[in-house]
Amino acid sequence: MFNSLKGLVVTLVSTMHGLRAPVTRQYPSTGNLLKRHDEPTPVKDRFMGFPALTWDETVGEPYCTSCMVCIRGCPTQCMSAVMKDNPLFIEEKSTRRKIVDTFEINLNRCILCGICVEVCNFDAIVMTHEHEMSTYNRNGDRVDLSALLEIGQKHQKATDWIPPTKRVKAVTGGDTGTGPAAAEAESK
Amino acid sequence: MAQVSKTTNRNGEPIEMLLNMGPQHPSTHGVFRMVLWVDGEKIVDVEPHIGYLHRGSEKLCEGEQYNQVITLFDRMDYIANFNNEQIYCRAVEKLMGLEVSERSEYIRVILCELNRIASHMLFIATMGLDAGAMTPSMFCFRGRERIQGLFEAVSGARMMHNYFRFGGLKEDVPDDFVPQVRELLELVKADTDESDKLLSFNEIFLARLKGIAVMTAEDAIDYGLTGPCLRASGVDYDVRKAAPYSVYDRLDFDVPIGLDGDCWDRYYLRVQEIYQSIRIVEQALDQLPEGSVESSLGRRLLRPPAGEVYVRAENPRGEIGVYLISDGSDKPYRVKVRPPSFCNLSALKHMLKDCWIADCVVILGALDIVLGEVDR
Ligand code: SF4
Ligand code: SF4
Repeated sequence: MFNSLKGLVVTLVSTMHGLRAPVTRQYPSTGNLLKRHDEPTPVKDRFMGFPALTWDETVGEPYCTSCMVCIRGCPTQCMSAVMKDNPLFIEEKSTRRKIVDTFEINLNRCILCGICVEVCNFDAIVMTHEHEMSTYNRNGDRVDLSALLEIGQKHQKATDWIPPTKRVKAVTGGDTGTGPAAAEAESK
Repeated sequence: MAQVSKTTNRNGEPIEMLLNMGPQHPSTHGVFRMVLWVDGEKIVDVEPHIGYLHRGSEKLCEGEQYNQVITLFDRMDYIANFNNEQIYCRAVEKLMGLEVSERSEYIRVILCELNRIASHMLFIATMGLDAGAMTPSMFCFRGRERIQGLFEAVSGARMMHNYFRFGGLKEDVPDDFVPQVRELLELVKADTDESDKLLSFNEIFLARLKGIAVMTAEDAIDYGLTGPCLRASGVDYDVRKAAPYSVYDRLDFDVPIGLDGDCWDRYYLRVQEIYQSIRIVEQALDQLPEGSVESSLGRRLLRPPAGEVYVRAENPRGEIGVYLISDGSDKPYRVKVRPPSFCNLSALKHMLKDCWIADCVVILGALDIVLGEVDR
């Protein structure tokens, strides 16, 4: 009996705690029951959402060359890609001899493992922070090249994305080797 | 099934009473079905049915490259993902004779112990729910959420991390990792204290759990129980102590032992283990060396030499073993897992015998099975 009362007191104390600083959050907006902000749920920097393709601003084409490395590395075989000759290479505007023609990821099958990003040698694919992509039809999450690039570009803008290979160079090249140097490398 | 029930029909002939529990019963922690032979309110016999969550993980491993298999191990015991990744990585490292850098080992231990805490917190939460206490589960889930927030900051995913690599890690931890973990430990300690205060010595909770499904030390050993379920029966056996792997031999911690081997001991032992894990993480943080976490393998396709290895480790649920056979190709020839939940589940029949139906739920809960691992 006494013990149960003690438990009741503990619960009450915790309830008061909870009322003062709630830990739960209203989904999908942030804030709490009384104060609501209409921002998306925050995620951490390294958060691995759905993969998407990146866009090379300097040339104006995707980074992806359809080399198929990620496709072979994917544990669920959820991607496919087709390669074509790069028209910009013929005009000597780009250094990429081949470029992606079509690219499709079936996000329903993707297990968000990040292996594709790890194996890509061309910085062409990123794990975005996109994670709310439910659809009502079965193949609604088969995402094609243009949609992938769109998601990727959104991510690039939102996070000031620097290609990983350039990041490594900036770190090993300079003594300071952190953010500013890497950002400089990107702007060049 | 032989004659089991004393219940008789109008003509005085004994009738067999069957009660089906699951597979969608909320207390079965997944999809697990039990067929209970009952005599009134007493359980006479039980037949567990597993396989509802069978995904053929072991077979799938044979079709994936070595680095892809890590993602499958993540999904085996989906509450202790880091522990599962570690055991598989250790298997491949042993097969190849790979050295793991000090820093990676320490970070692995820190993450694994945090995962153990998260797993035990989930256990406390569900144990409370099984016994009818709603509030502690909220506290525990809050604590678990904090740990998962750290996991997200480190590995990018809350549960399916795919963060450990053979001979190292995917990338180094964030710069503010150490202060972040220290801060987290304080919070986790407070959370554990809170739910411990609320639940452990609660009269009703004690009445539901004390003296239920007692396993003697001999029985526990005979049934092959491992982990907290074995230690609750008073057997001092922890793989981290018995066959230290990784850097556990450099860390000072106690292995809590139960006295009676009943459900409450199984519960309280896990509460104690949380405090021990916090101790381990604190020490590991103090000793965390600088250095690289890069694997020496690089990115090339892995082809370990032909051979076979068996490694074991202490998972939150008990001893996990991985038996890996390689034929020299880029895919494992065979991966066999000794899952702790599955082996612990084998004692269910013994435990449930002559118990009340109402206790069935807490007995199953105290075993702390994860169906993803039982069925694989
Ligand atoms: S994303 Fe990278 S690895 Fe995949 S096809 Fe494109 S360039 Fe190759
Ligand atoms: S994240 Fe993993 S599953 Fe998803 S596309 Fe990349 S490699 Fe495939």
